[in-house]
Amino acid sequence: MSTTKLRIWRGDASGGEFKEYETKLDEGMVVLDAVHQVQAEDAHDLAVRWNCKAGKCGSCSAEVNGMPRLMCMTRMDDLPADRPVTVEPMRAFPLVKDLVTDVSWNYEVKKKIRPFKPRKPDFDDGSWRMHQSDVDRVMEFRKCIECFLCQDVCHVLREHHMHDEFIGPRFLVHTAALEMHPLDTEDRREDLRTSHGTGLCNITKCCTNVCPEGITITDNAIIPLKERIVDEAYDPLKKLVQLVTGGRNE
Amino acid sequence: MAEHTSHEHDVLIIGSGGAGLRAAIEASALGASVALVSKSLLGKAHTVMAEGGMAAAMGNVDERDSWEVHFADTMRGGQYLNNWKMAEIHAKESPDRVRELEAWGAVFDRTKEGRILQRNFGGHAHPRLAHVGDRTGLEMIRTLQDHGVHQGFDDYQECTITRLLKDGDRVVGAFGYDRESGRFRVFHAGAVILATGGIGQAYKITSNSWEGTGDGHALGYDAGAELIDMEFIQFHPTGMVWPPSVRGLLVTEGVRGEGGALKNSEGRRFMFDDIPPLYKNQTADTPEEGWRYVTGDRSARRPAELLTRDHVARCIVREVKEGRGSPHGGVFLDIAWIKEKIPNGEEHIKRKLPSMYHQFKELAGLDITKEPMEVGPTTHYVMGGLRVDPETQMSTVRGLFAAGEVAAGLHGANRLGGNSLSDLVVFGKRAGEYAAAFAKEHGRGTLDPEAVERAQREALSPFERQDGSESIGAYKVQYELQDLMQEKVGIVREEGTLAEAVDEVVELRKKGEGLAVTGNRQFNPGWHTYLDLKNLFTVGEACARAALAREESRGAHSRVDFPEKDPEWGKYIIGLKKGPDGSMEVAKQELPPMPDALKKIIEEQG
Repeated sequence: MSTTKLRIWRGDASGGEFKEYETKLDEGMVVLDAVHQVQAEDAHDLAVRWNCKAGKCGSCSAEVNGMPRLMCMTRMDDLPADRPVTVEPMRAFPLVKDLVTDVSWNYEVKKKIRPFKPRKPDFDDGSWRMHQSDVDRVMEFRKCIECFLCQDVCHVLREHHMHDEFIGPRFLVHTAALEMHPLDTEDRREDLRTSHGTGLCNITKCCTNVCPEGITITDNAIIPLKERIVDEAYDPLKKLVQLVTGGRNE
Repeated sequence: MAEHTSHEHDVLIIGSGGAGLRAAIEASALGASVALVSKSLLGKAHTVMAEGGMAAAMGNVDERDSWEVHFADTMRGGQYLNNWKMAEIHAKESPDRVRELEAWGAVFDRTKEGRILQRNFGGHAHPRLAHVGDRTGLEMIRTLQDHGVHQGFDDYQECTITRLLKDGDRVVGAFGYDRESGRFRVFHAGAVILATGGIGQAYKITSNSWEGTGDGHALGYDAGAELIDMEFIQFHPTGMVWPPSVRGLLVTEGVRGEGGALKNSEGRRFMFDDIPPLYKNQTADTPEEGWRYVTGDRSARRPAELLTRDHVARCIVREVKEGRGSPHGGVFLDIAWIKEKIPNGEEHIKRKLPSMYHQFKELAGLDITKEPMEVGPTTHYVMGGLRVDPETQMSTVRGLFAAGEVAAGLHGANRLGGNSLSDLVVFGKRAGEYAAAFAKEHGRGTLDPEAVERAQREALSPFERQDGSESIGAYKVQYELQDLMQEKVGIVREEGTLAEAVDEVVELRKKGEGLAVTGNRQFNPGWHTYLDLKNLFTVGEACARAALAREESRGAHSRVDFPEKDPEWGKYIIGLKKGPDGSMEVAKQELPPMPDALKKIIEEQG
C-alpha cells in the first residue's frame, strides 16, 4: 500500500509549527481526505473546516503547497509525489487554530453593502418578466461559494492589510451581481468609489486565478465596476443619456 | 462550575439552512428577537448541496399543473403515509415562496416568455422544479442569507447545541458550545425551532456533510418529543461510486430530468423492465417516448428513469446483485447519448449541468459529455423526524417547533425530489410565524440552573477521563456505527439483522459515551465528534427499531422477509418516544382519515 507525507501547520494565534504526518494513499484521494485520515489516526484535535466535500460550500479553503485551494477539490495525484504536501491556513485572516482562520470580517463587510432593491413587480402575483439573456451575466457572479480564496490571495488584503479600506474581490463580485441584476434599482457607485475602495484594486488578476468556480473576477466584475464609477464621475453626457433612457443595465 | 455566556431571545432557531433562515426572517419580521444558531459558518449548510430545484406548481411550463396535481403527486410518492394536511399546505404555498425568493434577489433560469423555468423530476407529473442550472440550493441559501442579515436577528456561527432546556413540560432554551473557543452558551427563549437537517452521518455511504448527525432528532427526542416515520430513509439512487474518496457524493436527479439514461453493463435501459403498477399509466412504454417527454412533447409520458427514488435505488441494487453492474459496483448513467438527439449537445449538457460536469471532471477525471458516469445509491435524506402540527410546526412538546428535514409528515414513505427545498421555505416560514406568536403569548418561562450544570458536566466529561480510551478517538466509533447501519439498516432489510442492529447500537453507545478525548476545548473536532455521537446513537436506534416494527415493504423501506406492500400497514405510522425508564418506546399509530375533497383529488389524478 502506498503512503504519502503531509506537512500540516499546527498551532494557534500564539504560535505554531509544521508537523509531518504519514498516511495511506488511495486512488482519487483529495487533500481533505488525507487531512481527515491524519485527524482520525494521529491528531484527533486537528482543527479543519469542511462541509460538502464537493466544492459547493467553500468551507475547506487552505494553502496547499503554497497555493490557495479548496482541499476537497485538490487531488493528491495532481501534486508532486516526491516531496511532502504542505497544508497551511489562509494567510489573509487571523488564525484560530491549525487550518482554521477567523473569516468573520467577510460577514461584516457584506452587511455594509446596500442590499438588493427590486423594481415594482411586473405582475399582480408579485412576479417579473426577465429573459435568460438578461440573467446570464449575473449567473457567473452568483456561482460564488464564498470560500474567500480570492480575498486570501489579494495583495491589498494579504500584504497591505487594508481590510478597513477595501472590501476585496469577493464583495466586488457580490456588488457586481447586485448592480447588474436586471431588477435592481439601488445605486452603489458612490460606496464603490469611497468606502469600498474599488480604486485600490490594480488588476493583477490573482483573484481570478485562484477562483475554484472559475469566475472571471477581474475582467467581468471588477473592471466593469471601475468603469461605472468613472462614467458616473466624469461623463455627464452619458449620465444624461442614462437618465433619459432609464437604463443602467448593460 | 464552568462559566457560560447567557442570551435572552423570544425565538431561538437551531440550524441555519433553508428552513432555519426562512424561520428567522419570518420571526424577525413579526417583531420577535431572534437568535439563529449555525453549527458551521452561515451559508455553508447542507442546503447548498441541493442541486435539481424547488417544486412549486406555478404552471409556467405546463399550464395543466396545479396545487391539486402537486398534492396528488406528493401523496403517491409518499405511498399515502404522508400527513395529508402538510402535503396540501405545501402544494398550495410553495409557488408564493418561490416568487418571494425572486423578490429577495434569487435568479432562476427563465422560460422563453421570461418567466421562471421549471424542469422535470421524478414523480412529478409536470415540469415543476424552479431551478438555476444544477446549483439551486446555493441560490436559495445565498438569497436567504443576504436578505436575512438585514432583518436584525442575531446569528451565532459555529455554535453547537447539545441539550434543550425545559421548564416543566415546555422547552425554554438550549445549552451549547462555540466551536472556536469551546466556551459555553446558554440561550433562554420563549420558543425554540429545530431546523437541524438530517442524519446522513449515521451511514458510511452518504451525500451528507459532517453536520448531518441528527442533532435535532435527538435533542427533541431527549426533551420528550415524539419521532415518527424513522424507518423511511431515502437512498438517493445516484451517488458517485468511483473513486473511493468521493463515494456517495450526489449526482443530481436533474441529469435524468435532462434525458440521462440508466444502463446496465449490457447497455440495457433496465428501468423500463420493472414499472410499478402505481405508476404504469404515467410512465413511457419505450425510451423513445421518454425522450419525447423530456423534450416537451405533451402527449408523451415520463421515462422510467424518472420513477421515484426508492424504486430507482432498488432497481440499481438488483442490477448490481445480478451481475449486470458497472466495474466499481454501480450502474451507468449516460447523459452523453443526448448528443445524438440534439445539436450542440455538448454545450447543452455543460449549460444545464455545469456543476456535474465540473464535479466529474475534477474528481473522477471523466467528461460527462463524452462518457457515462458510474452511479449507485447513497444515503441522502430522512423522511422521519419530529411529529409536528401541520399548521404551526409545533412538536408534541410545548414551545418546541421543527421545520425542514428534522420535521416529519410531508413526505410519508418517500420524498419526491424537489419537494425538500420547497418544504424548507413553506414550513420554515410557518415555524417562524407560530414560534414568534407562541413566545409572545407565553413569555420565556424559567431556566433550571441544575439542568444547565448537568449539560456542562456532560460536555466536559470526556476531558476528565484518563483511562487510555482517548487513543481510540470518537471518529473510529462513528465509523463502527456507520458500517453497522450501512450493513444492517440499509436499503434491503430483514428481521434478524435489524434486531442485531438495535442491540449493537445500544452496546456501541456505551463504548462511545465512555470515551476520553485528547487536546483542549479550543476548536477540537475530536471533542465535537464525541458530542455528536450521542445524537447518532439515538437516530441509529430509532431507525433500526422502526424498521424492525414495520413488517412490510413500502416506499424507502424494503424488507426481504416482507417483500410486499400490506394494505393494513398503509393505515399506520410508527412513533418513537423516550419512556419513563429512558428506553425507546415504539408505538403503531393510526393515520387520521383524509377528507373526501382530498380523496377526490387523488382519485381524479389517477
